[in-house]
Amino acid sequence: MSEIALNVNGSSHRLDVDPTTPLLYVLSDDLGLRGPKLGCGLGQCGACTVIVRGRAVRSCVTPVGTVAGAEITTLEGLGTAEKPHPLQQAFIDEQAAQCGFCLNGVILTAKAFLDQKPKATDAELQQGLGSVLCRCFTHVRMLRAIKKYQEKRA
Amino acid sequence: MTTKIPTAVDRRAFLQMSGALVVSFSAASILDAADVVQGPFDTRGSHVDPTQLDSWLAVGADGGVTAYTGKCEFGQGMYTAQIQLVAEELSVPVSRVKLIQCDTSICPDQGTTSGSQSTPTNFNERNLAQAAATAREALLRLASQRLGVPVDRLSASDGVVGVKGDTGKRVSYGELVGGKRFDVTVNAHAPRKAVADWKVMGTPVPRVDMTEMATGTFEFVHNVRVPGMLHGRVVRPASVGAAVASVDEASVRGMPGLVKVVVRKNFVGVVCEKQWQAIQAAAKLKVVWTAGPGLPAQHDFYDHLRKQPARDAAVVDSKDVDQKMTAASSVLKATYLHPYQMHGSMGTSCAVADVQGNKATVWSPTQSAYPTRSGVAAVLGIPPDNVRVIYVRGSGCYGINGADTVSYDAALLSHAVGKPVRIQLSRQDEMAWENYGFAYVIDQRAAVDRSGTIAAWDCESWSPSLGGRPGYDQPGNVVTGMLVGFEPAAPAPRAAGAPRGPLRNGSNAVPSYLAGCIDGSCNGAGTIKSERVVTHTIASPFFTGPLRSPARLQNTFAHECFLDEIAAHVKADPVEYRVRHLSDPRLREVVQAAAKAAKWQPRQSPQRTGSGRGIACVAYEGDNGYVAMVADVDVDQSSGRIRVRKLVVAQDCGPITNPDGMKNQIEGGALQGLSRALGEEVTWDERKVTSIDWRTYHSLPLGFDVPEVESVLINRNGVEASGAGETAITIVAAAVGNAVFDATGARIREVPFTPERIVAALRARS
Repeated sequence: MSEIALNVNGSSHRLDVDPTTPLLYVLSDDLGLRGPKLGCGLGQCGACTVIVRGRAVRSCVTPVGTVAGAEITTLEGLGTAEKPHPLQQAFIDEQAAQCGFCLNGVILTAKAFLDQKPKATDAELQQGLGSVLCRCFTHVRMLRAIKKYQEKRA
Repeated sequence: MTTKIPTAVDRRAFLQMSGALVVSFSAASILDAADVVQGPFDTRGSHVDPTQLDSWLAVGADGGVTAYTGKCEFGQGMYTAQIQLVAEELSVPVSRVKLIQCDTSICPDQGTTSGSQSTPTNFNERNLAQAAATAREALLRLASQRLGVPVDRLSASDGVVGVKGDTGKRVSYGELVGGKRFDVTVNAHAPRKAVADWKVMGTPVPRVDMTEMATGTFEFVHNVRVPGMLHGRVVRPASVGAAVASVDEASVRGMPGLVKVVVRKNFVGVVCEKQWQAIQAAAKLKVVWTAGPGLPAQHDFYDHLRKQPARDAAVVDSKDVDQKMTAASSVLKATYLHPYQMHGSMGTSCAVADVQGNKATVWSPTQSAYPTRSGVAAVLGIPPDNVRVIYVRGSGCYGINGADTVSYDAALLSHAVGKPVRIQLSRQDEMAWENYGFAYVIDQRAAVDRSGTIAAWDCESWSPSLGGRPGYDQPGNVVTGMLVGFEPAAPAPRAAGAPRGPLRNGSNAVPSYLAGCIDGSCNGAGTIKSERVVTHTIASPFFTGPLRSPARLQNTFAHECFLDEIAAHVKADPVEYRVRHLSDPRLREVVQAAAKAAKWQPRQSPQRTGSGRGIACVAYEGDNGYVAMVADVDVDQSSGRIRVRKLVVAQDCGPITNPDGMKNQIEGGALQGLSRALGEEVTWDERKVTSIDWRTYHSLPLGFDVPEVESVLINRNGVEASGAGETAITIVAAAVGNAVFDATGARIREVPFTPERIVAALRARS
């Protein structure tokens, strides 16, 4: 165990944890956050995604020690229920969810991708979402929400 | 709206507040007597008496309405839909209705939320809908007494009863019964609100859980945290059928946070203080397993199925099929193959249990709160009344994923340490041991007369089965129950008896084009009177269970593709040929509606242009939703890759509760069906399942070439409301397979339609 400083959604935390612990378990168990989720634990599905230093990162395979001091944003840090982020609002407007378990990975992956590539083509966007899963297959609405957000922010 | 989990203290306050709990511990037989909870699915009843209005609805002092249901939200929109129903019948805004789902301490036992039965069960003249209608009737009666005005001069809106033409006289629901019981029996004849008067039902009310889901504040079962909670992990057998030979506890001794190694027969698990510690301890624990019996080879598994002892059933048999085949101008034959597929939930299954002495509370994502209560009781050896199952939403399940088994896991681990334990399965433990959707072999044979009309249809299928939903008394039907010593249900071999009528066609074993006549009563959707359908159920090496459109999807794939083969053989248009052989007007109408929306031009398939279109349809479960789909595809004939450009879906499920919710289900069903048709297949080696993650089980990602999905909703009033969650998915493989044939002339008879199989079929094309 060792003390690690984490900066999550604008708040600082000092935690005594094994630095090899994947970030996901620290966020969900030690900090009680509901956004990042354990989908596969293998970095294959996207459910655990968080944004670290502006990039979408799979927290289930990211040792917490490697992100000490970095700015980490989870889905609940993007916007709030009272004031959702425009991308979250686009998902709400399009009713783009069924069970909702994958939303964390879909929204944060799209957010980080479009921050990097605001003018991404459909093909590029497709590639950017190439390893994100939604098993309810709400794809049609999710892609529509992401496109609408992209058009609005442009 | 939230589904907050009450803590122990909150819960007591919550029960006191609700004031609605009707407890009658001798009520087990009431269900049958009162015929309140009906439907084809088993329920046992409970201490919550469904004949009493107070078991379903309560009005608070502030006039807010709380409803109690045994049908839960799994992502299909049932939470919002049921709130709409209550809001409509009681004339209150959606925001004033709170819905409590599937908590065995306070909700009626409605069995399992499955089989597209929630709408039929709770939206027609019974159960929740009838309770709401009874509440409205009771409130009007009370208002009549209070105001001294006859009921027919009263009207209700916004939770207030007023007098028509006299704005001065009014009384709120809160003033009438706020915080008190209704003390009336659910009236089977209480009038439902007329569809023409609907203001909330039939409208696209947004999902009430949407904002919380999108902003990461929604509480899934994965987020449930109980004070003093520990974390568990299981160690499943190294191969199918393996038993524990030895467990070396010394192999994990001294690991940080380790609380206990738990072994009970073949159930092995660890409990640690933290989740990551449990994951590491489970990986390190040395368990020696016996070899297990070995598995039948996958490469000839379908042939293997045909040779096994089977439980046979004759679904229909007109006894003249062989004779018609001999006399026919031509006879067509084909065999269709469908693999085991998995639910493969996005999040692995998770539950939290708190077992103290002989009492247990389980926070569970199960579809079957009350049956899981019985299952947990059985694996712990305590009475069901000592168990409370609180439903908390998990990841979308599409049938029986790991939700039930992980509830048993949590209970066993908590029982062993005497403290609350949370467990979330590993991806491999979820995928290698879940109850798979059935594999199928289906032989088709049809006789065609000189006019090109089908004269006889003969269908014979083989399908493996083991376990399934545990129900109230078979915990061995899922892996954890079996590991602690309960037997899974397996089909006992038996010869087929005579068909028993009238036909229900709940598994769509009978093609829609058959008349379905048994003892002179014809309940099929079609015109073909010379008919035979025989099924063989074989013991499966793997657990099986309902997966969205169980058996219906596999049967319909074979039926709808074979119908297309016959149409092509006689050079008939696939739409016209379907309509010609259908007698059910609702099924005919969706076929015509899909064709019209897709601007279908009469055609003979195959056109062989590399682009093609196909159609398929089904009367889901015989009469629980009608759907047709037109698929437009491009086939790259060198790589064998299929690109689906567009799916047009026409659907009639009776009166529509929420048109946007229905579209969402159609779109999701269409694309999930596409993923299953194009890539999903469970694989195994000599001893174990090898589909254990998203590299070895292929789900189409968000970034695939997503087709346009167009939904045509037929809103039909004057009939019962039926299910809409499993309709579209049932016909995707057939519609796409038929389109591939149209595009290339190659008939694909095996799911999934991998590029290798397409290339092989293109080569084999005559």
